[in-house]
Amino acid sequence: MTNRRIFLKSAITLLTMIASGPIAAQATKPTPVVATFSVVGDMVKRIGGDHVAVTTLVGPDGDAHVYQPTPADARAVSEAQVLIENGLEFEGWLDRLIKASNFEGMRVVATNGIKPLPFEESEEHHDDEEHHDDEEHHDDEEHHDDEEHGHNHGTFDPHAWQSLRAAVIYVNNITSSLAQNDPANASAFYLNRAAYVSEIKALDKEIQKMVDTLPSDHRIVITSHDALQYFGDAYGLSFMAPQGLSTESEASAKEVAGLIKQIREKDIKAVFVENIADSRLIEQIANETGAKIGGKLYSDALSGPDDPASTYLKMIRHNGTTIVEALGN
Amino acid sequence: MIWDTILQPFAEYGFMRRALLGCIAISLGATPVGTFLILRRMSLTGDAMAHAILPGAAIGFLISGLSLIPMTLGGLVAGLLVALLSGFVTRMTSLREDASLAAFYLISLAIGVLIVSMRGSNVDLMHVLFGTVLALDDATLILLCSISSLSLVILALFFRPLVLECADPQFLRSVSGLSAITHFTFLLLVVLNLVGGFHAIGTLMAVGVMILPATAARFWATSIGGMIVTAVAIAMISSLIGLLLSFHFSLPSGPAIILVNGLIYGMSLSFGPVGGLVAQTTAKQHIQI
Repeated sequence: MTNRRIFLKSAITLLTMIASGPIAAQATKPTPVVATFSVVGDMVKRIGGDHVAVTTLVGPDGDAHVYQPTPADARAVSEAQVLIENGLEFEGWLDRLIKASNFEGMRVVATNGIKPLPFEESEEHHDDEEHHDDEEHHDDEEHHDDEEHGHNHGTFDPHAWQSLRAAVIYVNNITSSLAQNDPANASAFYLNRAAYVSEIKALDKEIQKMVDTLPSDHRIVITSHDALQYFGDAYGLSFMAPQGLSTESEASAKEVAGLIKQIREKDIKAVFVENIADSRLIEQIANETGAKIGGKLYSDALSGPDDPASTYLKMIRHNGTTIVEALGN
Repeated sequence: MIWDTILQPFAEYGFMRRALLGCIAISLGATPVGTFLILRRMSLTGDAMAHAILPGAAIGFLISGLSLIPMTLGGLVAGLLVALLSGFVTRMTSLREDASLAAFYLISLAIGVLIVSMRGSNVDLMHVLFGTVLALDDATLILLCSISSLSLVILALFFRPLVLECADPQFLRSVSGLSAITHFTFLLLVVLNLVGGFHAIGTLMAVGVMILPATAARFWATSIGGMIVTAVAIAMISSLIGLLLSFHFSLPSGPAIILVNGLIYGMSLSFGPVGGLVAQTTAKQHIQI
């Protein structure tokens, strides 16, 4: 990787030196940018194009919740001019990594300016179960989230990229920071942004249309861990999971029993496994309830190039179609 | 009341029945082995073997994903290799068994971590290695039950030499050639049960089911047979209570089961009739008066 980059750098430098002299060479050298995980990395590539060299710390199918940085990552961070993170306490390991690597560039929080969903602790189904008043529950959520959910998962659900509408804000934040860092190529970044955003908006409409075909009592989705609340919030689906927001937490028998009860009572037809989470529990739940495994959802990481979710837009499209197909039957 | 708190969870949910069955299998297989481990002053050997198994299982996982057989075989091979090598070194050189075991399990662990890291960060491996007792499928249950049965049969066959090894290894070595075979068979049992346990509650937690009930039973029974029966009973009761706690109070199941075991150990330590703290103080008072 580094060898290739050095080779590329020197090749580009040589070429441009031949073409237009050493001063121009500085301008066309791709900006080293570090993205914390594959989703943000893909966005940066789309916007930055050839003007950026993106290093993604947590790669395809990797789990950012439990990631351990390596020395190579520290070097990438120390060489980067721009570092783009998701924020909302998704990358708990990032502060230490930045300190350790003497990073001096621009640190950008991609979720800056989105309206974050409160961390729900996957308690919703338990509340439902105990026949709490729905309104009371929402009150709870709005007023007490600081105290109730203020433990190490953070106050807010970090998985905001699952909403295409929030993704536009990600894209805006990334674009403006790249432009600020490299004003010479700002127009290129904004051009790429415009094309990307129109693709995102088109996909948003497409998925909304698909979800609208689902009957209102077929809109509960069971996954391994609570990563798709934003997706559900955007399209009116509700998501439930035996594991909480982080893949690190271990499921308790109570939560598993609660899910099984929900599946039986609401006659839920399909459950979904995730690319980054242990699928055995979901398989067991499917086994016990007779629900079928509706497919694999990509939640916190893109897939490798050969699988169906190799880019951010492909990932959202794959998740949308998988859910709608499985629940529509 | 009893129906709601104790029976209903198992009656209504298949995964609870499976979890209980899995735990009972582990209790039956691993706890007797654990009893011999503590009698032979080898309690920490269980811990070392658990670490030695991790890399083998990890390699199995990396080669063929989350499938039962490669992970089991990988764990078995890694565990047995460490056991054999350390046994060999102990018998051939002046290095004591605990030292050579420590050396080999650390090497094995390091190799495992190296291989996993080279492959890059994938689905969190620790999650895979810390099995979840709530997600036991048919194949895993069959494996757990087979391992326990096999372990019990082997234990029955080797019961006498094992007891002798505990009581007087020199004597066994002088009257019979079975000493080495007994020792390695015993290590095989340790590895076998840990590999089984790791599918259910993870290797490190499996050591808990192996050792904790046996240490607790030490305060209740004087004979080896009595200890084994008490230990198995403690392990089973702890599994039941741990699963119910997990069900009613939404605690993670693996740690809940081990902590109930720990609680029973604490109580046995204090109130057990055979050498428990309370029993000791009352005995001393008798002597003084």
